Amino acid sequence: MNTPQEHSQYKSKILETLLTKATDVIIEDTLENGMVLNMGPQHPATHGVLRLLIHIDGETVIGCVPELGYLHRGYEKIAENSTYHEFIPHTDRLDYLAPLSNNTAFALAVEKLAGIEIPKRAKYIRMIISEMARIASHLVAIGTMAMDVGALTVLLWAFREREKLQDIMDLLTGARFTTSYTRIGGVASDWTPQCTAMLKDFLEHFDENLDEIERLLNTNRIFLERTEGIGVISKEQAIAMGLTGPNLRATGVDYDVRRAFPYLDYENIDFNVITYTEGDSLARYWVRCDEMRESAKILRQCLEKMPEGEILAHDPKNVLPKKFDVYTKMEELIHDFMLVNFGLNPPVGEIYSSVENPKGELGFYIVSDGTGHPWRLKIRSPSFVNLQSLPLLIKGHMVSDIVAVIGSIDPVMGEADK
Amino acid sequence: MKEKIESKLREKFPNAILEVNDFRGDLTFLVDKNSIVEICKFLRDDEELSFDLLVDLCGVDRAKRKDRFEVVYHIVSLKNRYRVRLKVRVDEKDCVVDSVTSVYPTANWHERETYDMFGITFRNHPDLRRMYMPEEFEYYPLRKDFPLMGIPGSLQLPKR
Repeated sequence: MNTPQEHSQYKSKILETLLTKATDVIIEDTLENGMVLNMGPQHPATHGVLRLLIHIDGETVIGCVPELGYLHRGYEKIAENSTYHEFIPHTDRLDYLAPLSNNTAFALAVEKLAGIEIPKRAKYIRMIISEMARIASHLVAIGTMAMDVGALTVLLWAFREREKLQDIMDLLTGARFTTSYTRIGGVASDWTPQCTAMLKDFLEHFDENLDEIERLLNTNRIFLERTEGIGVISKEQAIAMGLTGPNLRATGVDYDVRRAFPYLDYENIDFNVITYTEGDSLARYWVRCDEMRESAKILRQCLEKMPEGEILAHDPKNVLPKKFDVYTKMEELIHDFMLVNFGLNPPVGEIYSSVENPKGELGFYIVSDGTGHPWRLKIRSPSFVNLQSLPLLIKGHMVSDIVAVIGSIDPVMGEADK
Repeated sequence: MKEKIESKLREKFPNAILEVNDFRGDLTFLVDKNSIVEICKFLRDDEELSFDLLVDLCGVDRAKRKDRFEVVYHIVSLKNRYRVRLKVRVDEKDCVVDSVTSVYPTANWHERETYDMFGITFRNHPDLRRMYMPEEFEYYPLRKDFPLMGIPGSLQLPKR
């Protein structure tokens, strides 16, 4: 497509999609003043580099075409050319608000493929970091959503709480964002008593601090009017559009991967799957708030139940040995050399493994041909699928509601664009 | 559950189920390309099975002479808490699969992504454009013959 004719054909194709498809909203008695508005990719309310082409009539949205790909880095291609261990740092950059959760998801997928059983302590550490990541991500979600509709204080208070979690992550993993914490077969460093103390201190005040944040919004008339009844999606539509995570649960479907396909040790943990039935922006906000309380509950149980023991599985052919052993023992040196240069060699086969990420179901589909590199690695990213329902959600609403709806879907473009 | 799905599918589509595979608890059906839409429709609408959520759809390049590509569908039954994988084989010469958007509307973007990355066309798709790459891009990046470093000059920079 290099000639100007072909380019203009493409342009007219987009315009045709905007004007003809998805426009069965009939607004009677309007002026003939439709126009196409370009929102993004550089727009503060699109949470990254999302670009929306919006067909508006006056101030009413009658069609919307999201354009993705501004942050496409080709992670699936990179994965095919790196070993399983090498891909772990790339998973940080998927959902960059909850990197620990992505690390866990990828490690679990490779362990399922290679058939590695991890120690119980590693399972509990992974559960703790996943729930910490969930709270951190949801705090950003409600903070930015409130900011998008005009309440700036919520963002500051939410980030104050999030900062405490980032400090724990810093202490545990050595980095605040690009954590790369999990290893195939376990985790990189042990959970320390100091982490426990900090997390306990955080949990002690978290519930009342969250109440404080909620008090700013729950009876705030501006916030309620901006979100209630905006971006409504029904249960059937939500399933058909493939929504997962808080967005799906806000419509009344109790699908949570932690319950539906339990992984780690979630079977032995007591928590509720939060559902609301309204399916609007406000319900999505409530689901996130309540989920943070459930996560705090899970964290308390995990701290109580966490056993002592190893944090890496004993499986020399698949799991990287400890650095001290590499420098002092011959066997470990050989295994380290083989794993770093050729990777672990899982059996031929294909698996799909998914976890409940803050945004929804994050899945990895790995096709292995028996060598150290995955033959194909598909990332099922929740933000990508959740964004697909955006045209449906904002149809018939005002332009200013678009930002409230995007905030309530909570997409992360690093994940949607892969 | 596994036996029930298999027997129901074999009863309903005796010629379309080519292979059944179970690896690490993931049940896979290799099915005939031409009946994928009917199979999806049957699995979704059957009262007992009710596979109502399509979680994932993607392509795989097997780099073979015959049946080079595969399109993989992951569907979940919310009621039974069960996940099944369907696969179809696509030959490079006839790179067309029927779109399942009529059964699962969520397949829309997944199929656009597969088209973008592998060049597999989906018949009856409502809006088959590239998902990530610019429309004037001529190659399919996730095919095995596309180099990792990219092809120099394949992306036109804006003129000054």
